[in-house]
Amino acid sequence: MGIPYSYSFRNLWTRRLTTVLTASGMGLVVFVFAATLMLTEGLQKTLVQTGSPDNVVLLRKSANSEVQSGVERDQASLLESQPEIAIGPGGTPLLAKELVVLINLKKRVGDKPANVIIRGITPESLELRPAVRLKEGRMPRPGSAEVIAGESVSRRFKGCGMGETLRFGMRDWRVVGVFDAGATGFSSEIWGDRDQMMQAFRRPVYSSIIFRLRDTTAFDAFKARVESDPRLTVEAKRETQYYLDQSEAMAKFLRILGLVLTVVFSIGAVIGATITMYAAVANRVTEIGTLRALGFQRKSILSAFIVEALLLGLCGGILGLFAASFMQLITISTMNWASFSELAFSFTLNVSIVWKSLLFSAVMGLVGGVLPAFRASRLKIVEALRAT
Amino acid sequence: MAENSEPIVRIRNLSKAYRRGTQVIPVLTGINFDIARGEFVALMGPSGSGKSTLLNLIAGIDSADQGSIQVADVEITSLGESDLARWRAGSVGFIFQFYNLIPVLTAFENVELPLLLTHLDRRERREHVEAVLNVVGLADRMDHYPAQLSGGQQQRVAIARAIVTDPEILVADEPTGDLDRASAEEILQLMDRLVQAFGKTVIMVTHDPRAAEKAHIIRHLEKGELSVT
Amino acid sequence: MFLLKYILRNLFRHRLRSVLTVVGIAVAVLAFGLLRTLVGLWYSGAEHASDTRLVTRNSISLVFPLPISYLERIRGVPGVTTVSYGSWFGAYYKEPKNFFANYAIEPKGYMELYPEFTLSPQEKNDFLLDRKGCIVGQRLAKTYGWKVGDLITLKGTIYPGQWEFVLRGIYHGREKATEERILLFHWDYLNEAMRQTVPRRADQVGYFIVGVKKPELASEVALAIDSLFKNSLAETLTETEKAFHMGFVSMTEAIMIAIQIVSYMVIAIIMVVAANTMAMTARERIGEYATLKTLGFKGWHLAGLIFGESVIISFLGGLLGVAATFPAASWIETELAQFFPYFSVSGETLLLELLAALSVGVVSGIFPTWRGATIRIADGLKRIG
Repeated sequence: MGIPYSYSFRNLWTRRLTTVLTASGMGLVVFVFAATLMLTEGLQKTLVQTGSPDNVVLLRKSANSEVQSGVERDQASLLESQPEIAIGPGGTPLLAKELVVLINLKKRVGDKPANVIIRGITPESLELRPAVRLKEGRMPRPGSAEVIAGESVSRRFKGCGMGETLRFGMRDWRVVGVFDAGATGFSSEIWGDRDQMMQAFRRPVYSSIIFRLRDTTAFDAFKARVESDPRLTVEAKRETQYYLDQSEAMAKFLRILGLVLTVVFSIGAVIGATITMYAAVANRVTEIGTLRALGFQRKSILSAFIVEALLLGLCGGILGLFAASFMQLITISTMNWASFSELAFSFTLNVSIVWKSLLFSAVMGLVGGVLPAFRASRLKIVEALRAT
Repeated sequence: MAENSEPIVRIRNLSKAYRRGTQVIPVLTGINFDIARGEFVALMGPSGSGKSTLLNLIAGIDSADQGSIQVADVEITSLGESDLARWRAGSVGFIFQFYNLIPVLTAFENVELPLLLTHLDRRERREHVEAVLNVVGLADRMDHYPAQLSGGQQQRVAIARAIVTDPEILVADEPTGDLDRASAEEILQLMDRLVQAFGKTVIMVTHDPRAAEKAHIIRHLEKGELSVT
Repeated sequence: MFLLKYILRNLFRHRLRSVLTVVGIAVAVLAFGLLRTLVGLWYSGAEHASDTRLVTRNSISLVFPLPISYLERIRGVPGVTTVSYGSWFGAYYKEPKNFFANYAIEPKGYMELYPEFTLSPQEKNDFLLDRKGCIVGQRLAKTYGWKVGDLITLKGTIYPGQWEFVLRGIYHGREKATEERILLFHWDYLNEAMRQTVPRRADQVGYFIVGVKKPELASEVALAIDSLFKNSLAETLTETEKAFHMGFVSMTEAIMIAIQIVSYMVIAIIMVVAANTMAMTARERIGEYATLKTLGFKGWHLAGLIFGESVIISFLGGLLGVAATFPAASWIETELAQFFPYFSVSGETLLLELLAALSVGVVSGIFPTWRGATIRIADGLKRIG
């Protein structure tokens, strides 16, 4: 048995001010670390939740997003009759041929322009996205210039609130409803009647086709067959995969940014921890000598100081996580490079981020404490005792 | 009684020098010295005479250049770093001038420290600690932190810590050096009692003649050599 | 003078601690400067945009094209000098990760409007004459090892298929800020292909670039162009190139704001670290301060002593940080050339770096200074024993 943990803990407690200051330095770093992870997680969660694993998205070959894609009408009708498509309660296939375009809108705050996805839908579109629920108002009447706006769009963009009007394609479009799509990308979209939109935008082709699989395992076979059909120039993706791909570029950027920032910042915090632990060792030279004289081994001294540094790091980790947990209240909206459109998402904390942050803080403490702890364990007993 | 028993400490031809830069300063030169079991020995001498070095060597916290030190038949000069630490934990009790209690641990925990290096379980440790705190008369103060105790009380806690593992020898470096006369007297009486009633062997460095009087044998060190009084 | 000597001696007392603090501050200052430069670069595209160039695009959004027939009508607007046009092509080289900007453009007008893309007369001539020709910026050419005469095949995402080009010239930026990672080719080449495969997508352009005589005319011309096409099937939105760039930049502003916040946070982190170190140092020397007071030194002497040490340490850290900024920036410029057109640190940033370091010194010195200056002699001396 070695030196009790309470020794390390109480030493931190005794010099509370120093401990708190050092820990808050590390806490800030953990905060940055956790916040960037939370942002990436929030982005991916939003986009992944947007898709459903049973849904398949069909796009024109090598188009990266629905906005770039175009599916000709003849191909669409060929695809409509595939046997893998589930049949809805009304006896019609659960398949929607949609139009997806970007429109430039101005934000309510700051008047800055941003691209918003506008989706031309059919009645099947709603059945395919059970997450989407009308929160206010009513659905657009078919054949009319009416739209519904996602909650996040309705809140942030001019002309998208309930009862307001938008002007595009030489027509005025009235917002007759606001829908809630939870934490999905649909909250950042505007929906309206597809045929009206195709007319207004003078788009003779669909952007994408979405359908529900009758049997989820049939996907691979379907994909292989459709993609090798010489009459078709489409590519099939599970909806979940499609949205995951949409998040990739941005998530990668956030991840690299987070990594670089964390590495640079942790240098500062580790230096802080090193200084603190060196001072802790310097102030307790006699104590160390005494413990050694009593018969404690070098490794016991080493581990006592390492435990102290680890605890210090964990304090920082807890402080940082505590602060970062409040970031969950914040929603960020920015342009997603993959689709070129505005997307709103929140900082999201999960268990894995908590563990990573705590581990990271402990590692910072460890790195900061290792040199001082070695110094403590290498002190000569006689000299240490004389240092009073 | 001391004369006819086997010596517990046997020192032969012990030498030690310090280096300061290129200068070599001899501290001890060819010391031969025996201490019998149950003795109370005082080492005296002017500062720089090497008395503390001798004490440190016997206690196994400093290493000799030459010669042999046997404590209870263990040749400690041949022990390695960690064997020596293990040996100290079981065989030596330390009493320091400035008590050297750990400020963040209570009296009880300070006394318990050396027992953490043994195989005793929690209950046994508690029994041992309470017993020695009773011996030094501080059983009612065991939850106090060092800062809440007077100098004399702190030194008594330190003595309790020194004897809790029932070591072969107790080494004391100026144990009364930081105390007022009354407290010093208390401490000396306690040490005397440890020798008389519990048969402990005590080796004490001091330059307080009053303290030395309590000892059975006083050895003087001068320029690294021993002389008998 | 004595004070200064004493401060310097104190600095050398805990050499390791002083060195660590200085290095910590230097790293923070360096990070601060580089982050600021990064944010500045984000906006630099807009800042370096010409104010005699206008961009006309479909008012709905960028994904909607304009008919080529608008060309002549825009040309007719008073104040307009040259008009060119182009489309965002959005193709990649071999694999999606090899992505760079590529446009189908009308070359003659484009070359006139963008004099900052410099080509030798020979290369320029070759490019204008070859319908399948393309030109690339020298950075892009370096990345993929392209040489004039090479055949380059791109894979289209918006315009499906494999597209082959012959590299006819490698342009250099006239200014440091000029983007050198672009591929440009003939719009006619694209349009012909569209006519054959998807006729409804033919004769359409993504945007017009309009040169105006002088910057003062810009808003007037923009209004005139937009009113030409009001209430037509494709309404236009015309703005200066700068506003056009800013529109893009502002879409990702949230991230830039986050980076900016973070750049101040790094200073906050090091402030805490430095404050802690100074507090620790002052606490260790409290007995000494009491002794000095006993000798008759006043509170402000001690204040100067502690504060001076804190500021000197931070200032040294700041200087080291500023000094390290130059090699760091040039390293980024050469090693990460594919991400940044250039990475030069402005004088303003360097000044801010020093200022940040100084404020770290001042803030971290306040508390210990106050403690040291107001220490009661008896309390201080008690701690020595």
